[in-house]
Formats: sequence, C-alpha cells, structure tokens
Amino acid sequence: MSRSLRTIVISLIVVGVLALALGGYLAPLTRVFVEPLVEVQAWVSTRYVAIRDFFVAPRDLAALRQENADLEGEVARLQVQVIELQQQNAEIQILSALVDFARQNPAGDYVAASVIGRDPSPFLHYILINRGSDDGIRRGMPVVTSQGLVGRIAAVTAGASRVQLLTDPEMVVNIVLQTADEPAVLRGSLSGEISLDMISPEVNIEAGDLILTSGLGGSYPADLLIGQVSSVRTRSFDLFQTASVQPVVDFDELDIVLIIRNFRPVDISPLVP
Amino acid sequence: MAILAAIPILAFAVILQSTVFSRVTLLSGPLDLVVVVLICWTLNQRARDEWAWALIGGAMVGFVSELPALVPIAAYLLVSRLGVYLKRRVWQIPIVALFVTIILGTLIVNLISYGFLSALGTPLPFFDAINLVVLPGMLLNLLAALPVNGLMGEVAGFVFPGETEA
Repeated sequence: MSRSLRTIVISLIVVGVLALALGGYLAPLTRVFVEPLVEVQAWVSTRYVAIRDFFVAPRDLAALRQENADLEGEVARLQVQVIELQQQNAEIQILSALVDFARQNPAGDYVAASVIGRDPSPFLHYILINRGSDDGIRRGMPVVTSQGLVGRIAAVTAGASRVQLLTDPEMVVNIVLQTADEPAVLRGSLSGEISLDMISPEVNIEAGDLILTSGLGGSYPADLLIGQVSSVRTRSFDLFQTASVQPVVDFDELDIVLIIRNFRPVDISPLVP
Repeated sequence: MAILAAIPILAFAVILQSTVFSRVTLLSGPLDLVVVVLICWTLNQRARDEWAWALIGGAMVGFVSELPALVPIAAYLLVSRLGVYLKRRVWQIPIVALFVTIILGTLIVNLISYGFLSALGTPLPFFDAINLVVLPGMLLNLLAALPVNGLMGEVAGFVFPGETEA
C-alpha cells in the first residue's frame, strides 16, 4: 500500500470516528473511559487541595486573625461613633427645641447652659450649670427649658451657677390657674413632687388645668408654663384646696437649660413686715 | 502624703457624687460616696490624718452644695471621730466596724443636714426624710462599702508602701 493511500485511509478512519463521536454514537464507549478519568482527577484534586491547605492555612489563619482583630477594632470605633452621633443628635434636638422656644418668646435674652451636676445633699434639689457671672448670669434669674419653668439661679460663681429647682422643698412660686384664672401657690417637696396650695375653695379646678407663673412677687416673669393639675384634694373643713401637679419639665432628665438674662427679680423683702 | 492624697481622691469622689450618684437614687436617697470613702479611709489601719480628710471632704462638698460648708465639715469630722473610736474598739473585726460606722455615719450626716435645714425653716417632714432619704441612702452606702473599702485599702498601700496592714 502506497504512503498516500495509507494517509487517506487513516484520515477517513479519523473523520469517521469524529463523525460517530459528533453523532453521539460513541457516548457509551467514551463514558467507559472518561468516568474513571474524572474519578481519578477528582481524587487527585482533592488531595492536592488538602495538601496545599495544610501548608498554606497557617498563614491564612494568622491573616484571618489579624483581619478579625482589625474588623473588631473597626466595629468598636464605629460603635463609639454611633454613640457620639446619637448624643449629638439628642443635643441638637434639645437645642433646636430651645431655639424654637427663644423664637416664640423674642422678648427674652437667653443664654444656654449645660447641666454639669447636682447638689450632693439629698434634702436639696439643686442643679449646677456651666454658666456664671462671666456670662452675665445673676442671682435670681429664671431658668427654663423649651417645655417650661425649671427654677431660678440661687448662687453664682465666675464660671458656674447653682439653680434651685421647682421641686426643692424650699421653693415657693406664685402661679395662676389658666382656666379658672385664679392665683395659687406652688411648693416643692422632699420627694421631688410639686403641689398647689392656697387655692380658694370656691374655685372649680379640674385635672388637666394648666398652671402658669403669675408674676406676682416679681421673682419670675408671668405666663411661664409649669405643668398641669393631676389631682385635686378638697375637704369641707380645709380653708384651701390643694392639688398635685404634673410638671411639664422632666427634672431627672435635664441636660441643657436656658437662663432668661434680661429678667431681674424684684427684691420685695424690705417691704415684708 | 496622706493629706496630699486626700485632695485628688476626695475631689474625684465629690465629682462622681455630683454628676453620677446624685442621679442614681433609691426612692429619694442617693449613695453618699464621699462619706463612704471617708469612713473606709478612717477605718484602714494604715490611715493617718483622718481629721484632715474629713475637713477637706467637708469643704469640697460645702463648695458644691447649697448647704453651708460648716454643715458637711462638722458632720464629716464627727463621722471621722466615730470611725477612729470604732477602729480602736473593734479592731479585731473590721468588717463589723465598717458596717456599724456606715450605718451611724449615714445617720449622723443626714440628721445634721436635716436639723440645719429644719432650723432654717425648710419644710422637711421627719418621717418622709427617714423613709425616703436616710434609710434608702444607708442601704446604698452599705452596698458600696465593701468595694470602696477594697479600693481604699489599695490607696492606703499606695500612700504608705512600706507598711503592712495590722
């Protein structure tokens, strides 16, 4: 057989085999050969990966630990940032409420102050603020929040002041009941509750009536909101009615307050007999 | 040295009292950290200059409080003398001395403050003061006594490093 004839025969066989393979006629035959090969390849690949991991894993573990530590640090940093932002947000909300209050009451000259402490004596209800005589604060100036009256300046140093709260047992404020338009006296107490006294028995008061400063006595400006009546006690043999008051200010959560700087209290003590 | 140590320690205690512990109350009674620190220092066997600690603590509290400084100074000096007396009398069982001094010391400080304010005309119902302020405050002081006592032992060891506690 000549060389060219052999080439033609081989080519025909190859083409024939390819045609059979493409036609799918050799599939059972190829499965017999390919499946063991795939099995062997999978076995070798698995062992290779295991051996590679054996040598490479310790380096990865250290890297992972480092990465974990870095991420934990990042989480802690972000948590601190979240807390700071939450505090700033709360402060902004308080300040914006105070700005609203100042806009609604433009007659006042206000200065904001942070609450930096409380009186250590459990019998007294005072707070310490971070504004003093250097900021134009004087004794007797009223202290408010956006909700209402907080108290008055009791003592002043150059950089700080002490504020007597409405809840202090020694605190007495002349008030007016808005609905009945009747004066009364508001007092603090040891437990921090405030109550109304000296209400005429003829006056009809109900829970929910608003309580405002009356301005009598010259210690506070008139019409500052204090709270509302929560319950009334009337007894036939009493000279006056008394009432419990729900203050609008949460005295346990005071953070920032406003001092009304352009109000000067009137000292009427020389006129008292 | 003990007097020098008193200034930062008591200043820190007064700041903590004013900013933190005066807001954390049981009924209306807060923990009195300054009294507890003073008592724990006084009862420590290595402690000296207890009167100076009482004087400094009283002056600092008087500076922050609306109460005149003489009131806390007098109260703390009395508590300090009581502590020194009990330390000598019941030195074998210091834990009893600690708790007794905390109970009596809390009573002394609160009753002196109460008496002074009442004398000035502040309306403070006596039983309300006892039930809402004195007894809850005493309980908190007792709870804080052991950890503060341990801390003050460390402070005494730091102030007097060469001496061992009897």
